[in-house]
Amino acid sequence: MGLKLIGAALASTALVSMAMAEEVRVYNWSDYIDEELLTKFEEETGIDLIYDVFDSNEVLETKLLAGGSGYDVVVPSGTFLQRQIQAGAFQPLDKSKLANIGNLWDVVQARTEAYDPGAAYSINYMWGTTGLGVNVGKVQEILGEDAPIDSAALVLDPANMEKLADCGVHFLDAPTEIIPMALQYIGEDPDSHDPDVIAKVEPILMGVRPYIQKFHSSEYINALANGEICVAVGWSGDVLQARDRAAEADNGVEVAYNAPKEGALMWFDQMAIPVDAPNPEAAHKFLDFIMDAQNMAAASNYVYYANGNAASKEFLVEDVIGDPAIYPDEATLENLYTTTPYPPRVQRTVTRLWTKVKSGT
Amino acid sequence: MLRLFTAIPYVWLLILFLVPFAIVTKISLSDYAISIPPYTPTLDLSEGWAGLRGFFAALDVENFVFLTEDDLYWKAYLSSVQIALVSTVLTLGVGFPIAYAMSRAPEAWRPALMMLVILPFWTSFLIRVYAWIGILANEGFLNQFMLWTGLIAEPLQILNTTTAVYIGIVYTYLPFMILPIYASLDRMDPSLLEAAEDLGCSRLTAFWHVTWPLARPGVIAGCFLVFIPTVGEFVIPSLLGGSDTLMIGKVLWEEFFSNRDWPVASAVAIILLLILVIPIVLFQRHETRQRERGG
Repeated sequence: MGLKLIGAALASTALVSMAMAEEVRVYNWSDYIDEELLTKFEEETGIDLIYDVFDSNEVLETKLLAGGSGYDVVVPSGTFLQRQIQAGAFQPLDKSKLANIGNLWDVVQARTEAYDPGAAYSINYMWGTTGLGVNVGKVQEILGEDAPIDSAALVLDPANMEKLADCGVHFLDAPTEIIPMALQYIGEDPDSHDPDVIAKVEPILMGVRPYIQKFHSSEYINALANGEICVAVGWSGDVLQARDRAAEADNGVEVAYNAPKEGALMWFDQMAIPVDAPNPEAAHKFLDFIMDAQNMAAASNYVYYANGNAASKEFLVEDVIGDPAIYPDEATLENLYTTTPYPPRVQRTVTRLWTKVKSGT
Repeated sequence: MLRLFTAIPYVWLLILFLVPFAIVTKISLSDYAISIPPYTPTLDLSEGWAGLRGFFAALDVENFVFLTEDDLYWKAYLSSVQIALVSTVLTLGVGFPIAYAMSRAPEAWRPALMMLVILPFWTSFLIRVYAWIGILANEGFLNQFMLWTGLIAEPLQILNTTTAVYIGIVYTYLPFMILPIYASLDRMDPSLLEAAEDLGCSRLTAFWHVTWPLARPGVIAGCFLVFIPTVGEFVIPSLLGGSDTLMIGKVLWEEFFSNRDWPVASAVAIILLLILVIPIVLFQRHETRQRERGG
């Protein structure tokens, strides 16, 4: 009886919302789309688009797992997506409503299958690597012409870091990206889930900790562009945005991005529809809109990240498709690794290690 | 009718305190799970009595035991209490002279002065804390000004240190210190001081024997109003503090968001509440006594 009443109430609110203008709510990473696309979507479909942004996977996941987030489309990264699928947070995609799904790039899809087998719940939006953003002039001034700006040794060898400290080094505040990098650097499996193996990075990170100015996942864009810091461990597209801001400001700062030659973490941001999305119909329309070759190309041209859309390549500007930092060549692609989600107990070890590195406790 | 009226605060207490507290306690006794919501067991009434029994059987205190096994937690509690204590003393040091000056200002000025104290509340708290980033940063106003005056040769690293946290807390909570102290001092009859001076007190001893005892209820109220919320403060240390500023609010955040372990996060919150219950009860006692004395 109670359930029926609730059902009736839900049905009537659904009716009311249908009577009003239709709307779709999208929750994406900050600075991650060409905003003109949002207006274009509204004009083409007549659906009101409400676009919110976040800057950490953790915040998104907490909203999803609490239930009733109210969003129709969300964009978690691969490892997070996998765990959220397991928790039952998404609804399977209705591919009959996604006319543009043929545009997707099989090379990327082959890798995202690890997180979402059969691509049942998600489509790739963009992908990138985690690597080194470097103020080339300053770093070469300090470490010499042959400074290892394409090696993890730049930020994990205390001898280098000691010299760079005064100039400023930022690390991402993301243990699931830094720990694999350190594991790869010491020759261990970057995707190791063995707490004893993970513990081996503690002395490495503690060794360079005194020389790290800040752990933060977005401030480094401006700091690099202004020349306030010399090195940032950051995300490819963000560093490239810093490079462009520096070039626009014409302040003599030359920023470069390099994926560490030891191997770099490759990550994927996937669009998916929450299980309790208020308007899954419109959500499918949004996904289809994004998968349109020209729309996807416009987004990539704007934010300097590679996408998972093969058909969009012909519309990409040379600056994007021709830049090996964005679209790596075959050899670099071979050198990239992916990670899988930590089980809860290992996640706790990882967070604890990270707290220890950051706070010394 | 009157009885119904007096019941309202209790209903308020029930809905806004006891029910949420019961929910958090329940989660703290649960186990982590990969599901929506991310813990187990959840209450399922469709199975009736057996379901309810199973639900209670699945609850245990293992999360609280876990908190005692890692020194991170008690260090964070201790450091939070310490930061809160120092901040309270600093806020008192800054707030008392302001409140005192306000109460000594000409009658006509006082509403305007009061307004100035309250005015910052008209802007979002978050924006005001962000503004401090602009002031304290290496390239910020404060460093630029001190460089310009020649006071310092190199910018001082203030942002991302515990000093910045203290500055943020003192600034944010200052009105909570000033207003109760001002309220006590405002009621004071100035002729009491004249009488004390007539009877041979110096200004300082008059202050100590007359003003201070009269201001004390306000001082105590102000200290509690600053201390209690500061212990659990999250926004100020995360925006202004460095990564080595250890406060329980940040630890709580990491439990929720990085570990996704709602049960342990809830256990941390419950212990925090228990720590705060002591000053809260003391504060209530003090308030009641004050009211009795006044009435």
